[in-house]
Amino acid sequence: MIRLFVGVVVGLSALSISAVAADPIEIGIGYLRRAGVKPTLSLVEQPAADDGVAGARLAIEDNNTTGKFLNQHFTLEELRLKEGDDAATAAMTLADRNIAFIIADLPGDALLKAADAVRDRGMVLFNAGAIDDRLREEDCRANVIHVAPTRSMLADALAQYLVWKQWKRWLMVVGSHQEDKLYAEALRRAASRFGAKIVQERVFEDTGGARRTDSGVTLLQRQMPVFTQQAPAYDILVAADESEVFAAYLPYRTWDPRPLAGSAGLVPKSWDAAQDQWGAVQMQNRFLKLNSRHMTALDMQAWTAARMIGEAASRVNSADRRTLLDFLKGADFSVAAFKGQRLTLRPWNLQLRQPILLVDGRMVVSVSPQEGFLHQVSELDTLGVDQPETRCKLH
Amino acid sequence: MWHRCLLTGTVLWLVGNLPAAAFIAYVSNEKSNTVSVIDTDKWAVIKTIKVGQRPRGIEFTRDGKFVMVAVGDDDTIQMIDTGTQEVTDTLPSGPDPELFIQDKAGKILYVANENDNTVTVIDLEKRARMGDVQVGVEPEGMALSPDGRFLINTSETTNMAHFIDTETRQIVANVLVDSRPRFAEFKGDGSELWVSSEIGGTISVIDPAKHVVTTKITFDIPGLRKEAIQPVGISIAADGKTAFIALGPANRVAVVDAASHQVIKYLLVGQRVWHLAFTPDEKWLLVTNGISNDVSVIDVAALKVIKTIQVGELPWGITIGKQ
Repeated sequence: MIRLFVGVVVGLSALSISAVAADPIEIGIGYLRRAGVKPTLSLVEQPAADDGVAGARLAIEDNNTTGKFLNQHFTLEELRLKEGDDAATAAMTLADRNIAFIIADLPGDALLKAADAVRDRGMVLFNAGAIDDRLREEDCRANVIHVAPTRSMLADALAQYLVWKQWKRWLMVVGSHQEDKLYAEALRRAASRFGAKIVQERVFEDTGGARRTDSGVTLLQRQMPVFTQQAPAYDILVAADESEVFAAYLPYRTWDPRPLAGSAGLVPKSWDAAQDQWGAVQMQNRFLKLNSRHMTALDMQAWTAARMIGEAASRVNSADRRTLLDFLKGADFSVAAFKGQRLTLRPWNLQLRQPILLVDGRMVVSVSPQEGFLHQVSELDTLGVDQPETRCKLH
Repeated sequence: MWHRCLLTGTVLWLVGNLPAAAFIAYVSNEKSNTVSVIDTDKWAVIKTIKVGQRPRGIEFTRDGKFVMVAVGDDDTIQMIDTGTQEVTDTLPSGPDPELFIQDKAGKILYVANENDNTVTVIDLEKRARMGDVQVGVEPEGMALSPDGRFLINTSETTNMAHFIDTETRQIVANVLVDSRPRFAEFKGDGSELWVSSEIGGTISVIDPAKHVVTTKITFDIPGLRKEAIQPVGISIAADGKTAFIALGPANRVAVVDAASHQVIKYLLVGQRVWHLAFTPDEKWLLVTNGISNDVSVIDVAALKVIKTIQVGELPWGITIGKQ
């Protein structure tokens, strides 16, 4: 009886966090990304050189403020891949430097190479940048947690709103690059899932050329109306142009006066600098103070990844990788990320469930899932590929 | 028979409308930048006061002469004179004040400043800043132990309740709770501290002497998904027997047996219910419904919602005092 009593007291006091003077628990986080940024059509959307990693830096600060009370300390080590550098070698380099987790902003193939290279070292990657569905489906990995939303989640979020708005007839314009085709595929799937109709599809061929010229507007003003004329009756033009070739040129230039969505106009995103609901203003202010610029979706995805690690560390009070990972994958894990509800992981493919914002560049127009799109487990699972359809087998 | 029915009806009607002691409620409307003044005899808004930007935390001073309202986007706390019902003064609150609490004597005010991870200490008489305490990320909820020895602050992203010694202004303990702790409230006898976790969806009941979570209150409403249950405001009756929890987008107030920590009943109120306040006689409980822009009145004895009062846009906080 006495022994039992002692056991209970010890158990309870373990929950209390007293100020301890011992050496702090150190948790190293790596950040892996490519050097250089892709030019955008709009000059104001040109990403900053620290796009993404700036979010991770803020999360490290947040984790360390909390860590002060828990005797935990977080560090961030960044590694940038130059043209021709091997992602696998870079991931191994980070593994050798006592890094527990890697946040990756890499294209799909490079991400898989990095993940496979460090798998036997027990390392886990947080995919903050790649939106390819295949990385969560046929190419899923047990050591990759996906914080970035998928193309199908983004497309479903947009489609739910357009259907709610009764803009069900879409004219779809697709770019000629591989990722444009993948986005178009996700939009087609979304249209058929939620009851929209694609009245016609057109392809916009990328014929090369400079993104900025001194006389660009005059030419575009002739090109874009002609390109969009003689379309069947439609409510909204949906553009699939991830490669930034034409979509941003379409608003106000279509032959018929119609709104735009997809890669221009109303855009689905995990985050936006205009997001101010659910306490987000505090987050935007903290980010602005630290980085002297607005916070992008990629910044938010990296912040969330680093916060997930911090959240797990504070709950299990340990730096042990296995313990942290078990908690992250377990039923008790959730993270708050200024989206109005808790975010959790889909256990079947380690994708973070999240609401998706629909933004127009100045304001948040809506947030999906839309009201009325119901689900037996979580309404967030109305966005993207759901468990019964998944092709992922985690080993 | 008919006559008797009518008579009884009239008597009941009279009883239901008998003026209680005259109380007055002040409601902060986050979006309208106003404070609505409600007369609890008439259950009607009798005045709307223009205040600064983004009014949230709101509280009577102990002497009842002022109502303090935190106007976050103006980085200050405004003082509404309850005689003239106009803003007459401001307090040096620190950046982005949200919630605050005053000591028993009404001399010291503690303010949570969301933007710079601090709690600001203010001398209410001199209207002067006495100092700061560094806490976790996004401080919000504030409570004082009934004996005045400990100040509690909850930090929303750090997910902790910080125990601050009011003498030394040092943190003496930190208790981890579920995600996004919003509000803290002591039982009147100081035996328990309750902390609501908006995203976690729970109330942590903390033993203030041992600094440990002894139990967690959870909520299960048939037909509602778990994510929609987001507890924020807590009001515990003075006798410590019953507590009321505002459940945010679940549009309900949970009635909890404060001894057994079991939910007794869910009361349907307006949309996104945030904060609540008793009338001083604890006959009524008023709750703010952010999205439906109204205040629900709950009959505390009957556990029934009896009235809805339209106020400004996005009502947030509420405080009730004597007229």
